[in-house]
Amino acid sequence: MTLARQRSQNLRPSELLIPTPAGLYCPLADIHIDPVRPVARALITHGHSDHARAGHGAVLATRETLAIMALRYGEGFAGERQEAVPGVVTRIGAVDFRFVPAGHVLGSAQIVVEAKGLRIVVSGDYKRERDPTCAGFEPVPCDIFITEATFGLPVFRHPPAHLEVAKLLESVRLFPERTHIVGAYSLGKAQRVMALIREAGFERPLYIHGAMETLTEFYLSEGAALGEIRKVATTDRKLLGGEIVICPPSAIQDLWARKFPDPVTAFASGWMRIRARARQRGVELPLIISDHADWDDLQATIREVEAGEIWVTHGEADALVHWCGTVGLKAKPLHLVGYGDEGEAEPVVEADNAVTS
Amino acid sequence: MNRFAWLLDRLAYEPRRNAKLALIADYLRTTPDPDRGLALAAMTGGLVFRNAKAGLIRALIAERADPVLFALSYDYVGDLSETVALMWPARHGANDVPHLPDVVAGLRNAGKIDLPRLVAGWLDALDETGRWALLKLITGALRIGVSARLAKTAAASLGGAAPDEVEQVWHGLEPPYTALFAWLEGRAPRPAASDPAPFRPVMLSHPVEAGDFDKLDPAEFSAEWKWDGIRVQAVSGTRPDGSRLTRLYSRTGEDIAGAFPDLVEALTRDGALDGELLVMRDGAVQSFNTLQQRLNRKTVTAKMLAEFPAHIRVYDLLVDGDEDIRELPLVERRNRLEAFLGRLGSERFDLSRVIPFESWDDLAAARADPAAAGAGTDAEAVEGCMIKRSDSPYLPGRPKGYWWKWKREARLVDCVLMYAQRGHGKRSSFYSDYTFGVWRESPEGQELVPVGKAYFGFTDEELVEIDRYVRKNTLNRFGPVREVTHDAKSGLVFEVAFEGLQRSTRHKSGLAMRFPRINRIRWDKPPGEADRIEALERLLPAEA
Repeated sequence: MTLARQRSQNLRPSELLIPTPAGLYCPLADIHIDPVRPVARALITHGHSDHARAGHGAVLATRETLAIMALRYGEGFAGERQEAVPGVVTRIGAVDFRFVPAGHVLGSAQIVVEAKGLRIVVSGDYKRERDPTCAGFEPVPCDIFITEATFGLPVFRHPPAHLEVAKLLESVRLFPERTHIVGAYSLGKAQRVMALIREAGFERPLYIHGAMETLTEFYLSEGAALGEIRKVATTDRKLLGGEIVICPPSAIQDLWARKFPDPVTAFASGWMRIRARARQRGVELPLIISDHADWDDLQATIREVEAGEIWVTHGEADALVHWCGTVGLKAKPLHLVGYGDEGEAEPVVEADNAVTS
Repeated sequence: MNRFAWLLDRLAYEPRRNAKLALIADYLRTTPDPDRGLALAAMTGGLVFRNAKAGLIRALIAERADPVLFALSYDYVGDLSETVALMWPARHGANDVPHLPDVVAGLRNAGKIDLPRLVAGWLDALDETGRWALLKLITGALRIGVSARLAKTAAASLGGAAPDEVEQVWHGLEPPYTALFAWLEGRAPRPAASDPAPFRPVMLSHPVEAGDFDKLDPAEFSAEWKWDGIRVQAVSGTRPDGSRLTRLYSRTGEDIAGAFPDLVEALTRDGALDGELLVMRDGAVQSFNTLQQRLNRKTVTAKMLAEFPAHIRVYDLLVDGDEDIRELPLVERRNRLEAFLGRLGSERFDLSRVIPFESWDDLAAARADPAAAGAGTDAEAVEGCMIKRSDSPYLPGRPKGYWWKWKREARLVDCVLMYAQRGHGKRSSFYSDYTFGVWRESPEGQELVPVGKAYFGFTDEELVEIDRYVRKNTLNRFGPVREVTHDAKSGLVFEVAFEGLQRSTRHKSGLAMRFPRINRIRWDKPPGEADRIEALERLLPAEA
């Protein structure tokens, strides 16, 4: 791409950030970003369990992410914690760090890492579609853009989320006696689906699984417009025909879900674009709603940040790296291990979440 | 086309059989001719297009997508039609959605030159679901969890007919089946069953489970060997003009007669036989590996006919002359069968012999050692026993309480996972096909040599765990294949079960397993303690 920024000659990228088995490491500041094992000092992009783990010496993250970690792991999740205010630079050693909204879930941030004129953006997980429950992604021009590729294949094109929610509400109208059980990740997706349902004009109470109560209350306390939320546990499930129940993905096939009147099984996920994925989980009503950028948005973002080099952390890295090559961009996969579990091995991780949240 | 696509889409996501039946019946009831008949033909595999094949789809997408991105996407999705439907670039302004009859006529009649342009135009005009349905129609493999039998059952329900009644008239009918619908809706008489050699749905058995024999009296049963071949139905009949029509059906009703002219010409009497397709040389049953040389071929050479002579070991008679005897008890059908084979007098058809037994323990002993219990030198081709109630009628499907299969104990061996590949269909996007090996001595020390590949035997939960293991322990990537860590200290051990072992020049190890599957995942076992090649070589049949 001809628009690529002129890169600084003073610092090699590997002096600023290198991939290690624990995650991305900055030698100049001696910090890790989203480490997958306990480290002395960690910067965390967002609260999903594959990025935010307990047991670090010190954690720097946004106020919301710190709060989410405390809710999931308890107040003692790290030795020390420090709040990163979006847009404000925190200097560690000779390196400037700046948190910028990533549009993924509440509190999610990209981390801009800059020293001696070399700027690397670690985008974490991100999406470009509007989300009423979190701040939108802000593109930051940079020398090296580090991106995820969860949906990095041309078969992944997410339809507008409001049309998918319309599909759900149409089914509720068609089957007024059946309970609609919507599987959605406990952090972010569930609350986004609730907010979208409200935007579509549905005003009856929404019912939630006990495992997502704490995080949903946190979203409400942060001002999310989710309307009236009730816990399933306090209600007779047999009386919930015609209602919408939101639960962790692992619960949709549980005995728990079968106690509702003639349930319709729905699942809100980008994976629902692939038929076999829906069938593997016994989903009758697939809702393609994702908190990750789809193929088109990955490309648009890469073009927008004007980076001369792209590093791909996890997901379908091979395809995205190949595409970069076809448009003349230098790119490489980092093969970081331990991320994307929310996508690739959903049931196991979600079960973990259900315990911790 | 949109309504047809909607039906396929709904069926694909509907797990419940009765709901599938209701969806199809509702579609057939509310959709006019000829659309509904064409949809029924699509679901029963009755639409075959000479020029429109998967190759055409590959060519169309190759013109529109980067080949690497297509290959990665196809590898991920695991289904050609779906991959192309999802990747197809949108063309704005194209919205002239085609009608199903026009699509079918176009696919049938268009020449090789016009077809690509025609199909591309339809794909431009359809949405993702429509594209998917169209491409499914072309490839012929709908994969929506609807069998031909289920679709016919739904059609039968329109007129309150039994599915078997539809089956009986089916082979005399052609898409779009207007005569069938007219009869089912009471507007016309029942169509004549003009096919002299129709398929009859086969009777299937249940596996023996613990405790099954406790309440059963052995005197009421007979037993036969279960042969490791292919279940077939050989049917011969006389056309109105006096000529003979002979068909050979697979157990799902697919006509495979084209590959077996040796059998077709040997069946010279009217009747329908149920038996096991085998290759026999000098009166000895050959291994399944040998039989495979004759399978999945459209035509067959004279050399193959001589080298791999086909044979049917017959265990049931459904039609004797023009008399349907499926209602008769098994003992009487066996008597009729013996007489039929005597009259036929062909060495290509012989009777499946019964295993004598007084008690279930006798039968267990026979199953454990078929060679000593009458199977003699053919024992290697015995998979186990079939147990049949002597008074059982011949019923379609898998009725309870009549027939059981009692397989031989599988052989077990501990192998190390070496390579994993992404699966297709239900397992798409998971690493679900595993190549595993055992240890052997080499000049460089101990090494693993691959001995087989398996893609089932584990639960969906185990699949997720193995998939995760593969992703975290990848050494190398070769396209869709990942090489997984495998040395003496780290790696994953599978207890692999298999039915038999053959020498094979196709595999590096010189061995080929029959029917391998993952019996247990040995998360606990260090790879260094997995089995050695010598353990497998001891299981080989003695050299003939």
